[in-house]
Amino acid sequence: MSAANQSRQNVIRLIIGISFSILIVRLLFLQLASSKYDLLAIDNAVSKKVIFPERGIVFDRKGRSILENTQTYDLMILPTQLKGLDTQGVCTILKIDMPEFKDRLLTAIIKNGRYRPSIFEASLSTETFVQLQENIYRFEPGFFLQERPIRSYPYKAAAQVLGYVGEVDSNVLRRTNYFYQIGDYMGLSGLERFYEPILMGQRGVRYQVKDNKNRIVGPYEQGRFDSIAIAGRNLRTFMDIDLQVLAERLLKNKLGAIVAIEPKTGGILALASGPTYDPNQLTGSQRRNNFSWLLRDTSRPLFNRAIKGQYPPGSTIKPIQALIALDEGVITPNFGLNCRGVYLGCRRPISCEEKFAGHAANLRLALAHSCNSYFSHIYRLAIDNPRERTTVNGYLRWKRYMNSFGLGVKLGVDLPSEDRGYIPDTSFYNRIYNKSWSSCTNVFLGIGQGEMQATPLQMANLMSIIANKGYYYTPHFVKSIDDPQDSDTILNRFKIKHSVTNIPDTIYNIVQMAMQDVVESGTARGARIEGVAISGKTGTAENYGIIYGKREKLANHSWFVCFAPRENPKIAIAVVVENAGFGATWAGPMASLMVEKYLRDTLSQARWKEVERIESKEIILPIVKAKRTALDSLRIQRLRKEQLRRQAFLPLNPLDRKTPERIILAFHLNALKPEHEEQFI
Amino acid sequence: MKNNSFEISKGVDWTLVLVYVILVMTGITSIFAATYRDENILNGFLSLTTDYSRQSLYFLISAVLAIFILLTDSKFYTATANIFYVFGIILLILVFPFHTDVKGTKSIIRFSSFQLQPAELCKIFVNLALAKYLSSRDIALSKLKTMLIAASLVLIPAILTIMQSETGLALVYFSFFLVMYREGLPSAFLSIGFSIAVLVVLTLLIDQNILAVGLTLLAGLVLFLFKRQISRRKSLFFVVFAIWAFCVGVQRFAVPYFFNHVLKPYQVQRIYSTVGKDFQVDTKTISEEDLKKIEEKKKAGNYNVKQSKIAIGSGGFFGKGLLKGTQTRYDFVPEQRTDFIFCTIGEGYGFMGSLLLLGLYLFMIFRVIRIAERQRSSFSRCYAYGVASVLFFHVFINVGMTIGIVPVIGIPLPFMSYGGTAQITFTVLLFILIRLDADRQMILR
Repeated sequence: MSAANQSRQNVIRLIIGISFSILIVRLLFLQLASSKYDLLAIDNAVSKKVIFPERGIVFDRKGRSILENTQTYDLMILPTQLKGLDTQGVCTILKIDMPEFKDRLLTAIIKNGRYRPSIFEASLSTETFVQLQENIYRFEPGFFLQERPIRSYPYKAAAQVLGYVGEVDSNVLRRTNYFYQIGDYMGLSGLERFYEPILMGQRGVRYQVKDNKNRIVGPYEQGRFDSIAIAGRNLRTFMDIDLQVLAERLLKNKLGAIVAIEPKTGGILALASGPTYDPNQLTGSQRRNNFSWLLRDTSRPLFNRAIKGQYPPGSTIKPIQALIALDEGVITPNFGLNCRGVYLGCRRPISCEEKFAGHAANLRLALAHSCNSYFSHIYRLAIDNPRERTTVNGYLRWKRYMNSFGLGVKLGVDLPSEDRGYIPDTSFYNRIYNKSWSSCTNVFLGIGQGEMQATPLQMANLMSIIANKGYYYTPHFVKSIDDPQDSDTILNRFKIKHSVTNIPDTIYNIVQMAMQDVVESGTARGARIEGVAISGKTGTAENYGIIYGKREKLANHSWFVCFAPRENPKIAIAVVVENAGFGATWAGPMASLMVEKYLRDTLSQARWKEVERIESKEIILPIVKAKRTALDSLRIQRLRKEQLRRQAFLPLNPLDRKTPERIILAFHLNALKPEHEEQFI
Repeated sequence: MKNNSFEISKGVDWTLVLVYVILVMTGITSIFAATYRDENILNGFLSLTTDYSRQSLYFLISAVLAIFILLTDSKFYTATANIFYVFGIILLILVFPFHTDVKGTKSIIRFSSFQLQPAELCKIFVNLALAKYLSSRDIALSKLKTMLIAASLVLIPAILTIMQSETGLALVYFSFFLVMYREGLPSAFLSIGFSIAVLVVLTLLIDQNILAVGLTLLAGLVLFLFKRQISRRKSLFFVVFAIWAFCVGVQRFAVPYFFNHVLKPYQVQRIYSTVGKDFQVDTKTISEEDLKKIEEKKKAGNYNVKQSKIAIGSGGFFGKGLLKGTQTRYDFVPEQRTDFIFCTIGEGYGFMGSLLLLGLYLFMIFRVIRIAERQRSSFSRCYAYGVASVLFFHVFINVGMTIGIVPVIGIPLPFMSYGGTAQITFTVLLFILIRLDADRQMILR
């Protein structure tokens, strides 16, 4: 107990005091200086659960719902609660074996962990659901059923128009700045995509407290921060679902497109692309599987030919050429050409279908007879218009005309990924012809061939312009949105009137009459309907394809464009059938059926027979067909294997059993007749 | 004197008892906050299946023991200190053949449902024995022999504990050097110990070569500043040179050797984790199994500390309130009822609560030192300093670990952490002191 030792008590006190100060300073930093840990804690323990409202319903012009919601059920699994459960029973009901069961269990654990439920089987079939519902008490709490809303398409039609919803991918997550979360569904194509913000509604958010295993423990702060979900709003469209179904029937076994527009409003009545598929395939449990098959189909059913198919318009462009020449003042309606079956104005002779004298004595005659010489000539007149001084200027002016007619530009339809078609720019010719080119170089543009390409939608829109005598509204599907709000600007641009030409109505009358002649007495007599004045124009478009690396001339595309009735146009249509030959053979009758169905709201028995005839005719290029058949047989094999596997567990009633071939048949029977449609047997 | 019930309380330091009770109650409340899961509280208490009810039971047992201790005679402890020490060592040795493996530790003996951890209990015996030795006549800690005996008294149980994979508990024994310092261990030990500690921390934080250059520059600076003195006494130069060589030797060779060959790789990783670094494992010398263990510990250790920092950090100034802490309530912090119980305070009561609790501990430790200094008997004084040192070490390491300034060493927070042995050990440790203090007028040998 020396004096030195006495002072040491203070040293020890000092050491202890300093140590505690270190702790307190550190706590000060941890708890007061930084809010980082606050946020981390909330991240840790509060889960933000987004509640999806019901998506909006899409109605057709008669108020029938063509895209709605139904419920399906998922069988969920909770891996931690499986002990002592009759897993064999679950397997028997689901018709799976033990290895498969273990496989799925493992997938579930990998995906969501042991403590959180995962989907064991998605979108149960009605039969399985009923069986499970009766027995689910035996499997709880390891298994339970969870309701899930999915989209349904009651008419099984308009697949490419309505589009589908799917899980968001990482790109979308990033692009939307994580507005969506992993596992969310959003519209991926068609109207579902375009009107996503409206159909989706307003999502609700529920904050919940979770524990370290990510299990939900209860609401956060008694739900003070929660917001409720507001259901998506419904869309009222111009579509006539009966017309759409008819269009899809007509396009069955063919590649092509039909677009029908109401000229007065620009509302799209029907927009079909062949081949199509049953949109219900892309909902529910088999979505991924079906999607991959659709994707691999060489006839490209997912491809919307009506807005993305780019075809040379052929003779269907001729009325527009006439309008341009008239608007430019290079011809009058009385302008005539003495054509004898060939145009010799340029170095290469251009042949004409008609040979008799006087078939191009004036505009009306020339248009009715689709005289190639006449339209080659007036095209050159427009390009070489002396007012414009140079060919380049003349061509640019012509191109501006085409663009204002909606060719070579996107029309702005309310579908995503519309294509613009193609009207070449002068730079294109400058590059190819080293700046020395004349109206003869691209004279084929005058008759809708050459480099020119247009989508069926653009062609239908052209018919609207002629029917309206010089103006159009951007073609669109949606007439109105239920519960309109001030912030809805999405439809505003469809209310803008686009005026295209300054030609007086009298001249339009001449063009319209000439087109009526086409149907009454010209190339498209097959499209005539008793008592309805149809103005139309056939087109037979030459086209080339690259087959095994070689450029080959393929069978001509069959075009028909028209509007009716001429006096008071109610419908404008463009029909294209790929590689089907003359415009009058297939496209004409198809358009005619569409017009009759729309104007009269019904078809006579004889006309239904015509529908059946067209429907049963298969027009697919052999090469596409061969690949498609190969794919189908692969699919049949897969289905048969799956069926055998399932049969091993539960022998099915032989009457219920669908053969793979019949399933395939159902797969291709895309636009099925709705039950209430007049049946023709 | 002992016959009168009034006399029991005579001389008892009630302040210390009060602080003790407050801490135990806070502990039970915290365990309750961390583990309560909406069950019926009454049931929870009566069934003894919940942690808070068990902790309450341990408290009752401790209280009975405490009263029992207050009833004993102080002389009992001086008389039996050495016997207890031997008993403790035997107990520690017995662990080796009779231990049960629980969570990777080999330090627990189990009799049916009762678990005993001798390493924890042994602190009392060592404290008693050390006090007994240091208070004996004709010893002086300036003498080498005394130093060696005192050191081995402390180090033998420490080594035995290390052999049971309880490095944390073993480290606690080093706190007894504070007692030895108080009793006359040369100050040089303290400054050298402190310097080495600083050097080791610097070794962890700074690149080897840069540190070596830094040390050399420092040595050069010292030589330059004291060149007059050195020119007068040449031997000073060699002293500086020797210190420099020692320091460089420690940071270049001793520390790496210690880390690579003495400590287990996962322990090294824990130390590195605290300064926010990864231990660069020498893959040639390390087995596949150890490598895996390091990875595991790296993850687990980082996770524990991270979660515990989040919990405490999110408490803010006033905290979220009892039972409202999202982190501690929902098991984010592992081991939160035992070693990480401080998180519950940090999150639930915020900075104010933490400050109050630390203040309480500080008050208790200073109180114990004050008690120590008022003893007439040096046995009591040594014993009291032992208690203060053990408490200080436990609180500092435990709280430091939860806020990430000390490597994760699994030692409990005195009086608060869940666990029977720890609760009883600390109670006994404290109440022996209170008993000794009550008889402070006596001179015990």
